[in-house]
Amino acid sequence: MSRITIDEVKHVANLARLAITEEEAEQFQHQLDAIISFAEELNELDTDHVEPTSHVLDMNNVLREDEATKGLPQEEVLKNAPDSQDGYIKVPSIMD
Amino acid sequence: MSLFDHKVAELHELLHKKEISATDLVDASYKRIAEVDDKVKAFLTLDEEHARQVAKEIDGKLGRDEQKGQLFGMPIGVKDNLVTKGLRTTCASQILDNFDPIYDATVVSKLKEAETIKIGKLNMDEFAMGSSNENSSYRATRNPWNIETVPGGSSGGSAAAVAAGEVLFSLGSDTGGSIRQPASFCGVVGLKPTYGRVSRFGLVAFASSLDQVGPITRTVEDNAYLLQAISGVDPMDSTSANVSVPNFAEGLTGDVKGLKIAVPKEYLGEGVQEDVKQSVLASLKVLEKLGATWEEVSLPHSKYALAAYYLLSSSEASANLARFDGVRYGYRTENPENLIDLYKKSRSEGFGDEVKRRIMLGTFALSSGYYDAYYKKAQKVRTLIKQDFENVFEKYDVIIGPTTPTPAFKIGEKTKDPLTMYANDILTIPVNLAGVPGISVPCGFSEGLPLGLQIIGKHFDESTVYRVAHAFEQATDFHKQKPEL
Repeated sequence: MSRITIDEVKHVANLARLAITEEEAEQFQHQLDAIISFAEELNELDTDHVEPTSHVLDMNNVLREDEATKGLPQEEVLKNAPDSQDGYIKVPSIMD
Repeated sequence: MSLFDHKVAELHELLHKKEISATDLVDASYKRIAEVDDKVKAFLTLDEEHARQVAKEIDGKLGRDEQKGQLFGMPIGVKDNLVTKGLRTTCASQILDNFDPIYDATVVSKLKEAETIKIGKLNMDEFAMGSSNENSSYRATRNPWNIETVPGGSSGGSAAAVAAGEVLFSLGSDTGGSIRQPASFCGVVGLKPTYGRVSRFGLVAFASSLDQVGPITRTVEDNAYLLQAISGVDPMDSTSANVSVPNFAEGLTGDVKGLKIAVPKEYLGEGVQEDVKQSVLASLKVLEKLGATWEEVSLPHSKYALAAYYLLSSSEASANLARFDGVRYGYRTENPENLIDLYKKSRSEGFGDEVKRRIMLGTFALSSGYYDAYYKKAQKVRTLIKQDFENVFEKYDVIIGPTTPTPAFKIGEKTKDPLTMYANDILTIPVNLAGVPGISVPCGFSEGLPLGLQIIGKHFDESTVYRVAHAFEQATDFHKQKPEL
């Protein structure tokens, strides 16, 4: 029994905004199953009273003065955009 | 003899006396690249015209009486996940094939201030995900010691270029071993600094809580000079630490008398090749002769590091790589049906297999219903791993073990099964999870392939790591051996 179904693989691909073929879905199912079952060895450890670590340094809410600085010029920012018009980045229609 | 057989300090002296020029150094670099890069395949993009122009400007300043920095005029290679203004930066991915950055990474600006000369951009595993360079979407870099073997990864281009004498030194990045493992495979010196020591601004993010930029060099002393140039707090990176930066080179006294070394039994256990163990034990003898002592210790949660790492790094990657959507920069699919289709097709056509696999794993681990079981569990295990290191460092100055369980493996040997490839990083990953600094220095050979000794220190104590690495290097001659190409 796989730990992850084909439908779950397709659901995750949709969340990740990846288009995958049936063949890729099957391949991902096998590979993710292997990796997830390997990861389940973590369940050997009792972590009920352990705090999670998201970051190793003891830093919280790093603040700075709210000073206006110069931004990047528009033409520079648009230089790498695949499509643009009138100073905007252009995409296909978002509503039907 | 190549100019790059000299140390930074010697080249600095030669430049100062005008016995050589910066143009000579740049010539030496491009000449060597022309000779060997067809074989080594370390560079993705060269910056020759600009580099020669910078060299000329620097040569104009030679002989003037002003104080010049240690790295003045030195040619450097930069991993292709550090953005360089006006110089194509791809992360070895098709999704960034045409990307022309509009600003410099902080470390790149710092190198410019130090008046080093950027030679070009170095190959890597796509988005730094890999341990062999075989995940580059362009070509696989080869190990200069044996071109049938991998250079390691993900900073494989950065390590191979230094080993092959194409540049004096280079910058890499290390998320789970990506500087130390290729340094070990290629017989050079690579340091992952303490998390927060070096700014990550302009380093294309893979796993933000683990990534660090660091130097790859031929000697420990050169490594210390390069770290000096790139260290320090940066207003553009709120995770860079506001701690003082010591003079790293000044600490290279050669004195390790009374130093207490911990050797984790887990680092010399199952899966570590016999001659790798022997070279570590022989290295410990060298340090003992110099007056250090060592004892066996335990990092009991080591075996869980790999699983915790893949869950955490893939989760962070799945969030970080969401920015590659075909909208603002990078590859965009042709004729999408609508916006969602544009996202999906651009990403599917632009990313390679390993990147997709990790995005999938990370998205799964963060998804509703699985978050606590996988992501949060891995974060808790990370705490236990970090505590393992803290416990050992209460009594010892450094931790020593091998950098990798084996020397460089053959191209294609581990590409079929992702888990076999991942296992290569088992000795380097815990260091990233704990956020402490670690270096790999050459410590022997196995059938003609270099081996690396890993020296791990306390948070922000790169000075001790360097002092031990340097004392070891001065007592041995592994770093003097060069591959024949």
